[in-house]
Amino acid sequence: MLDAQTLSMIGKGIIETLYMVIVSTVCAYAIGLPIGLILVITDKNGIRPCPIISKVLGFIVNLLRSVPFVILMISVTPLTRKIVGTTLGTSATIVPLVIASAPYIARLVESSIKEVDAGIIEAARAMGTGTFKLIYKVLIPEAKPSLIIGGAIAITTILGYSAMSGFIGGGGLGDIAVRYGYYRSETEILLVTVAVLIIIVQGFQELGMRLAKHCDKRS
Amino acid sequence: MDTNEPIISIRGVTKIFNTKESEVDALIDINLDIYQGEIYGIIGQSGAGKSTLVRCMNFLERPTKGSVIFDGQNLADLSLKELLKVRQSIGMIFQQFNLLMQRTVLKNVCYPLEIAGVPKKEAKQRAIELLEMVGLSDKINAYPSQLSGGQKQRVAIARAIATKPKVLLCDEATSALDPMTTRSILELLKDINRKFGITIVIITHEMNVIESICDKVAILDNGRVVEVGKVEEVFVNPKSEAGKRLVFKTDEQFSEFGSEKVYRIVFDGQSAFEPIISNMVAKFKAPVNILFANTKNIGGKAFGQMLIQLPEDRILSKQMLRYLEERSVKYEEVTQDA
Repeated sequence: MLDAQTLSMIGKGIIETLYMVIVSTVCAYAIGLPIGLILVITDKNGIRPCPIISKVLGFIVNLLRSVPFVILMISVTPLTRKIVGTTLGTSATIVPLVIASAPYIARLVESSIKEVDAGIIEAARAMGTGTFKLIYKVLIPEAKPSLIIGGAIAITTILGYSAMSGFIGGGGLGDIAVRYGYYRSETEILLVTVAVLIIIVQGFQELGMRLAKHCDKRS
Repeated sequence: MDTNEPIISIRGVTKIFNTKESEVDALIDINLDIYQGEIYGIIGQSGAGKSTLVRCMNFLERPTKGSVIFDGQNLADLSLKELLKVRQSIGMIFQQFNLLMQRTVLKNVCYPLEIAGVPKKEAKQRAIELLEMVGLSDKINAYPSQLSGGQKQRVAIARAIATKPKVLLCDEATSALDPMTTRSILELLKDINRKFGITIVIITHEMNVIESICDKVAILDNGRVVEVGKVEEVFVNPKSEAGKRLVFKTDEQFSEFGSEKVYRIVFDGQSAFEPIISNMVAKFKAPVNILFANTKNIGGKAFGQMLIQLPEDRILSKQMLRYLEERSVKYEEVTQDA
């Protein structure tokens, strides 16, 4: 059953999955990180309180987070077609993945940044630190270990989403699991893809935890 | 600069915090003048508004009413950019040290210099010098979590004076430290004050901190300044209720002075107000070191307490104690931690 052809198909699936997940995570962070920072800073107890921005942004984030991924995936197809030109394949899947995970990342970033000791922020402000420098010289470096753990959590969640996209022809391991495991009942291939997914998730998780521990100078 | 102009002048400062249920008056009509080169203590019990007051001095808290004049500039008139610039000339240290935990000691001291736009090489050079001055040149590559409390505060002090500020604000800077470390930190602050002429403002709830290094003191009680004056004067003769509470509170922190035997003499009104100690010194022709004294003459009787250090000679010191006994002066030995 697991002949060379199947193996190469699974190999291709792994590469597709990693491509989807990594590109989506990077793009989602590019959007989610600034949103998370804005949420913290404009909060009523933040450095530059601005209730309107924080409430509107918070509402949009909650709205997007409450739409189940399967539904979101289908409902953004017009947008996907506009951006990628097609609704099928790995590149097309990146669009819903980013839209679904960016708000999630924003919340993760928000909670990581909020962990930074208020006293440290106060000391930095007392030394004449402006908002921008406070963000990239204090908030992000001080929250780095927590941000890395958040990143590991985000990447595994995105991996889960990416597998779901197999149902609408998204490519990658999820696609293989759906086509062979579900429609053709080829249990063996299903099990192999599941095993590979578990290994990838564990790998990311372990990597994230080790990296976070390595760069945390608090202990 | 005209030395008659205060470096920090606080005029009618009131700060009201709005909470959900009510308004809290943290500070009420505060007026203070702090002059260049002074070590100025602000003492009060927790909740008196000390921390809010010190934060008004660098506008970490904006007063609800009144003005804060720093070095001739009204802080309320400054743009945000100008305010950030002014903050670079006001150093601040804290009870919890507030060091950047993910930066090395050296990088912590470099931080304010980075913010001030000092070139990297120059900043590093200055940080190394400062760390040498506070006695931590062997820890430059350590992280704050590897340091003791006293060492952390030394780093914080080096960091706070890196940009050569005119004023150093100390918010309960020794409250998290043991008495020995407190003393060494206070000595360091005194040193800095003398060497660089930096004005130091000290916020504390501990009278011994004020006594050991401050020139002037303001007593804060329930958001109001109830007493201001030279430390000796306020200490000998506190006029306000809050002042009396703080001064007459007996505590054991004086026991760390010196290495010889220290005695606490209590004047409880039993003995006449005569110069007992100087008579004793004259009689035995031996020096007595007065470490601390707080006595009052009430109706010709002596009230208060005094800490003295007797000569090392045991026979002589015994005779001296007998002399005190004869004059019905109560004394007790203050235990030493050595």
